[in-house]
Amino acid sequence: MTKKTTTGADVLLKVLENYGVQYIFGHPGGAAIPIFDALYDSPLELVLTRHEQGATHMADGFARASGKVGVVLVTSGPGATNTVTGLLTAMMDSVPMIVLCGQTIRENLGKDAFQEADVFSMTIPVVKHSYLVKDVNDIPRVMKEALHIATTGRPGPVVIDLPKDVTGADCTASLDVEVNLPGYTYQEKVDSQGIKALADLLKKSKKPLILAGNGCIISSAEKELATLVRTLQSPVITTLLGKGAFPENDPLSMGMLGMHGTAYANMAVDKCDLIFSIGSRWDDRITPGNIEKFCPDAMKLHIDIDPAEIGKIVNPDASVVGDAKLVLQELNKLVSELDSKEWVAQCQANKKKYPMKFKIHGGLKAQHVIDEFSNQTGGNAIVTTDVGQHQMWAAQFYKTQLPKGWISSGGAGTMGFGMPSAIGAQLAKPKACVICICGDGGFQMTLPELSTATVQNLPIKIVIIDNKFLGMVRQWQGLFYDNRLSGVELKGSPDFVKLAQAYGMKGFRIKRPADVSKVVAEALAYNDGPCIVHAEVVKEDNVFPMIPAGGTAGDMILEEPKKRMEKPKGST
Amino acid sequence: MSLLNTHTISLFVTNAPGVLSRISAVFARRAFNIDSLVVSPALDGKFSRMTITAVGDSKSLDQIIKQCSKLIDVISAQEYDGISILEKELALIKIKTSDKYRTEVLQVIQHIKATTIDLNDEAVVIQLTGNSEDLDSSIAMVEKYGIIEIVRTGKVLMTKGTDKT
Ligand SMILES: Cc1ncc(C[n+]2csc(CCOP(=O)(O)OP(=O)(O)O)c2C)c(N)n1
Repeated sequence: MTKKTTTGADVLLKVLENYGVQYIFGHPGGAAIPIFDALYDSPLELVLTRHEQGATHMADGFARASGKVGVVLVTSGPGATNTVTGLLTAMMDSVPMIVLCGQTIRENLGKDAFQEADVFSMTIPVVKHSYLVKDVNDIPRVMKEALHIATTGRPGPVVIDLPKDVTGADCTASLDVEVNLPGYTYQEKVDSQGIKALADLLKKSKKPLILAGNGCIISSAEKELATLVRTLQSPVITTLLGKGAFPENDPLSMGMLGMHGTAYANMAVDKCDLIFSIGSRWDDRITPGNIEKFCPDAMKLHIDIDPAEIGKIVNPDASVVGDAKLVLQELNKLVSELDSKEWVAQCQANKKKYPMKFKIHGGLKAQHVIDEFSNQTGGNAIVTTDVGQHQMWAAQFYKTQLPKGWISSGGAGTMGFGMPSAIGAQLAKPKACVICICGDGGFQMTLPELSTATVQNLPIKIVIIDNKFLGMVRQWQGLFYDNRLSGVELKGSPDFVKLAQAYGMKGFRIKRPADVSKVVAEALAYNDGPCIVHAEVVKEDNVFPMIPAGGTAGDMILEEPKKRMEKPKGST
Repeated sequence: MSLLNTHTISLFVTNAPGVLSRISAVFARRAFNIDSLVVSPALDGKFSRMTITAVGDSKSLDQIIKQCSKLIDVISAQEYDGISILEKELALIKIKTSDKYRTEVLQVIQHIKATTIDLNDEAVVIQLTGNSEDLDSSIAMVEKYGIIEIVRTGKVLMTKGTDKT
């Protein structure tokens, strides 16, 4: 049968195609069939996932690795609700994403029709914006607006709910519609006066500290950041999501701050006379519950594209709303070297005195495996992580050199994110070495996507740090709850090497410290498709340093405490 | 926790489905209780004017206004107070009237400059307009006769002079 007319679904895909979208991550169902039907004739490539959550994390990984929008297509009802975790994950970490949801026909809306879910209302708190399309001729405008909203300003996910009779109807609207969003603005011009104020405060600092956040990564400000750092001669710390904004092997890099940050980063926070957040939102993983105690004697400077972040947690002494790259370009014209030699020396001395370390002997350590991947790739792989202890060890020991080379669920802390996001990242960067570091727990939350990795024949390396526990929760129960282990022992996991084979993948195993360098080299050399590296690590290792939730650098513990600790005041 | 105060926020929004849900979600998430909310089409029917009074602390309110401003459907969101604005509210009040008190009630109604809009043997319905505090005191004056029901519109406001709100 040949198609004569142009449907809403055809137009929808055409707008995406014209925009430069290549992949759609999705899973079909009744209400989305008109769109899948249109895909049949479209040059857009469908990546069929095994679960809609997987689709969202793939689109997310694609977006973070490429800086482009990730697109998801699912059906109504349960298909759409399965995307909610992925939406939260993307919203929290400012990831550009479009989620297209099939919906029951217009006439059935609100009547508890089969597979009807009020997706529009349900997703309001986890989207940047959303649409329920009631008229097929609105599709070109809605799609263009959605792409514009998702990718500009502070990026974020946009949901588009598409009744089946709308996508199936003939569309006569022109594709040349203008985006008209009177309520949507973001700072495009640079605020010269604000930038001058930043520069003036910077001049007086003898102990400056630059805090680079996800905003630096999103705006691709790495060059400008490096110029600023080197001109000022200021040490740099990053948030979890800021990893890669500045090369972590650089002598001025102090690594990650916060709850499981390096000791020398947190000491620098405690002692600096000025802290300058560039695209970090001072969240509660890096600031104490009592914000007054956060570098009390330091001047606070803040750049953020989102005006709502200025003053939300920290009241800055000077701030600029704008894109990090553009603001730094201007700022760099106004700054010069600071009188910071002593301070830099002090920071570097702390780096020597309190290095990140682990014991190679006495059982296989997660840190050892991660450190080896870091060394053998020179920090130049794209690393995605899941959530838990392995994530923190990866943040500490993988020395990220690449901007957009570190992909982790920060704000939401979504278990199950790691492996699907690696699939998306590898599709975005076919030539890159993509490594997923995950735990035995989180991996099993989205493991069916192994099929997707195999079908796409992506050479991702899935490193499962298997400690037979939901390790991060066990760590808390061990430190703060008298080791009353409750619901954290992971029995019944499959043999992950056999699992790999069952999926037609290559499986490697590391059991002894002596095998680490050889197996890591083999896994890195294997590029015929995806592989699993099953690292059977010691069961009860803990992540240190640690600042108990809500605490400050003064509360930091560097190693296993001798006695039981008080329950932290912060949330988690 | 800083002091809880009543705040009046005026929002200019696109007249789109869901805009109210988005805005109320911003308030609810920060545990702000909305006391009153008035929505009506603006001069240009593509937009609506919303006036919200809500109770909460000023620091949270600052965030709420920023978060509302961030919504794609919100053109502007601002808190208003003081002398630069005009504010009005309308109330309908149903009061018991027995033969014994009817004359007295009608006198009070006249005194508080209310309009009688319905009257029968047992009750009178009056209409009051004014700023919210005046309505409160007027209502207090008729309370002793027995109020059966009150319906208030909630506050609307407009800036003085030629500037738009
Ligand atoms: C979806 C989801 N559920 C629960 C949690 C809470 N949580 C955080 S870390 C963690 C343990 C993760 O265990 P595992 O994946 O084995 O990694 P490990 O900590 O052992 O490295 C849990 C349950 C979460 N972050 N996400």
